[in-house]
Amino acid sequence: MILDSKIPDGPLAEKWSKHKFNLKLVNPANKRKYTVIVVGTGLAGAAAAASLAELGYNVKAFCFQDSPRRAHSIAAQGGINAAKNYRNDGDSVYRLFYDTIKGGDYRAREANVHRLAEVSVNIIDQCVAQGVPFAREYGGLLDNRSFGGAQVSRTFYARGQTGQQLLLGAYSALNRQIYEGKVKMYNRHEMLDLVKIDGEARGIVTRNLITGEIETHAGHAVLLCTGGYGNVFYLSTNAMGSNTTAIWRAHKKGALFGNPCFTQIHPTCIPVTGDHQSKLTLMSESLRNDGRVWVPKSREVAARIRKGELKASDVKEEDRDYFLERKYPSFGNLVPRDVASRNAKEAVDDERGVGGSGKAVYLDFADAIKRLGKAAVEAKYGNLFDMYYQITDEDPYTQPMRIYPAVHYTMGGLWVDYNLMTTIPGCYALGEANFSDHGANRLGASALMQGLADGYFVIPYTLGDYLATIGPKPIDDKHPAFAEAKKAVEDNVKKLLSLKGTKTVDEYHRELGNIMWEYCGMARSAEGLTKAKGLIAELKEDFWKNARVMGINEELNMSLEKAGRVADFIELGALMVEDALQRAESCGGHFRVESQTEEGEALRNDDEFAYVAAWEYTGDNQPENLHKENLVYENVKLTQRSYK
Amino acid sequence: MNLTLKVWRQRNASDKGGFVTYKADGISPDMSFLEMLDVVNEGLVKKGEDPIHFDHDCREGICGMCSLYINGRPHGPKRAITTCQLHMRSFSDGETITIEPWRATAFPVIKDLAVDRSAFDRIQQAGGYISVNTGGVPDANEIPVPKPIADEAFNSATCIQCGACVAACKNASAMLFVSAKISQLALLPQGQPERYRRVQSMVAQMDAEGFGGCTNTGACEIECPKEISMTNINRMRRDYFTAKFFKEEEIR
Repeated sequence: MILDSKIPDGPLAEKWSKHKFNLKLVNPANKRKYTVIVVGTGLAGAAAAASLAELGYNVKAFCFQDSPRRAHSIAAQGGINAAKNYRNDGDSVYRLFYDTIKGGDYRAREANVHRLAEVSVNIIDQCVAQGVPFAREYGGLLDNRSFGGAQVSRTFYARGQTGQQLLLGAYSALNRQIYEGKVKMYNRHEMLDLVKIDGEARGIVTRNLITGEIETHAGHAVLLCTGGYGNVFYLSTNAMGSNTTAIWRAHKKGALFGNPCFTQIHPTCIPVTGDHQSKLTLMSESLRNDGRVWVPKSREVAARIRKGELKASDVKEEDRDYFLERKYPSFGNLVPRDVASRNAKEAVDDERGVGGSGKAVYLDFADAIKRLGKAAVEAKYGNLFDMYYQITDEDPYTQPMRIYPAVHYTMGGLWVDYNLMTTIPGCYALGEANFSDHGANRLGASALMQGLADGYFVIPYTLGDYLATIGPKPIDDKHPAFAEAKKAVEDNVKKLLSLKGTKTVDEYHRELGNIMWEYCGMARSAEGLTKAKGLIAELKEDFWKNARVMGINEELNMSLEKAGRVADFIELGALMVEDALQRAESCGGHFRVESQTEEGEALRNDDEFAYVAAWEYTGDNQPENLHKENLVYENVKLTQRSYK
Repeated sequence: MNLTLKVWRQRNASDKGGFVTYKADGISPDMSFLEMLDVVNEGLVKKGEDPIHFDHDCREGICGMCSLYINGRPHGPKRAITTCQLHMRSFSDGETITIEPWRATAFPVIKDLAVDRSAFDRIQQAGGYISVNTGGVPDANEIPVPKPIADEAFNSATCIQCGACVAACKNASAMLFVSAKISQLALLPQGQPERYRRVQSMVAQMDAEGFGGCTNTGACEIECPKEISMTNINRMRRDYFTAKFFKEEEIR
């Protein structure tokens, strides 16, 4: 198989506009003859469904939640980047492009990232027109802040609830199209398979989560906008329902999976308290604008804090190690996420961690409160401080927050070309579900940007090209491929329901999470990964023997839903480990212990690894085939990242 | 902590349902309420019993999926938080906790503690938006919005559509929810062109869904996890009457 990324020729800044012109158009009168299936209604899905319906296509949209507005995009806190240069501080499309490529540690495609930066400015305009209440200044114009590793203020925000407000904007556009009858919305439906006819995507199989009915839906194209797979780690900042099932089943039907091991570990999350923990809560990265990260200089002091003999405020200034400020004087506490996370882990591994478990570092606002006043800090971060207080019962205004890294985002996902099409013609992946724009590490405030860019401003153009090529002939929903796919899904459901062993599905999920975090998390080694391979294979075998799934299909059955998702996570986990094993370099958030500089910093290996690893499924329990898309940098010079 | 739970169990919408008592032993005060239910459910599955169904997703108080009527209050005893943010340290050892679903005609029970809130979606579909297509919109800074207005619109926009206001109201009125969306858009300059049409469409749909009227009791405001204020209801009423008296347009 040859991976054709379909990157247009010509100068970087002209590629997208030239490409748009070269794409075929669908005649306005013919648009209503097409049906497009959109799975997932987060920023990418809701934006795509609404925009395509506005163009005149018929859209069928699906979400597993009880309302499209509950997709996990809603939980994004910090903000959204756009190269508006409203601050006059030297921002530009090229600078946003450059920062994103560099932030991704040179493992993303130049052309895609430049397009992202180009359309970023349109996103803000669109959202404001929809009534998204972004933060404003007294003059009435939009406010900006600097965010995670950027040296310009280009982040637009709505208090600490930016994702919520952007999703509500996209949801409102979606609602309008539902009311107009152009979008048919299916809530509480889960996609369980992709239907292919003659090698092209022509529909999906879903399960109605209330009645259990297995249904098939036909369409001219299928858009997977189903988010990331961070829950493979069990504990993550993802919502409980976030899963890999849709993209994993598409992968098993022939869509290549790009860079599965690229996971983002977010530095500022509330630490784990015990085994009962079901998820981790993020504290927005914006807190690092004013908070200072530190641990005690000595292990002895840290040990006394852990035992409760000493409070953070009792530690004298000279006994504190503000390690990010010390090691990275020019970026300080605002180093990119991967650097901040790795350094927190190092401090904890050095036995200088704080909190009961010792797996935490401080994020201290005492200086900010002294400088700005409590009221100003409250206005900026009030909701985050409240959230922290609710969870930990500690007041961050009087004592420093305790934070620790947690899995937050997956840069990997289905491999897509410049048009966002996977290796299955007619099957597209948008937003976090694809692998494309963030390389090996995503910068803050760029996930919202990518989801909306794909949905509002990329897919409406690129999808038309494909649809015009295949023509508006109706899809034959009596084609045997539908019945076959439906039967396979029914058999899988039956198989899951027949599991009457002794262990709950959650126990397997937790075990998988432990393996992934231990061996495929922030620091990886060939030895650990090899061990993880064996452990996951054992876990998989045991799952299909000893798991216990309750109830029947014909009802709301969360036991069954979970079992299907965890079974897919186990298979994906194995692929992530395989991918991490072949990538014997440190890059982005992944520290490969065999590949480090003399100072212990991550060492990239561009000669051998400047490629996208795209994996091809070959059958159950068979090794997957690795395909490589070499990354060509024509505009940016690859350098070792330095934030010193 | 050792607790006794009285939980509403109902197989499906047509089942009559009833309370079932469970023991929840060895609960840590650091657990969230939903994590406590996870522990109970793991025990039930181990015994071969059907786990208690409840809606939940983000578990950080923003998606609005979790619900639960705990000891007679939506989202439990604490103010301004959702059930997923409620921690067991808010209860005392040995306590009996009663857990019910949202109760309202317009929110039929699906199973156990999960209810159908699609009525809220339909109200939004009837007009909870500004009719702009993707593309062709003015620059984001073209229309300045006074900061106090933008902030107030934001306050209304923080509604998470959980339905606690309906559950708290003796009339099962949805006015706090509906008025929050109407206010957000009516406050902003972008929302003006459809302001009076929107309020009529959304109120008509709200009534059609079978929600009750507002009698100014104020339980909704107290129980709202996002502290949406009743001022929104007054704004909605003002716009509604203005529309009916002076600006009645055809409702779509």
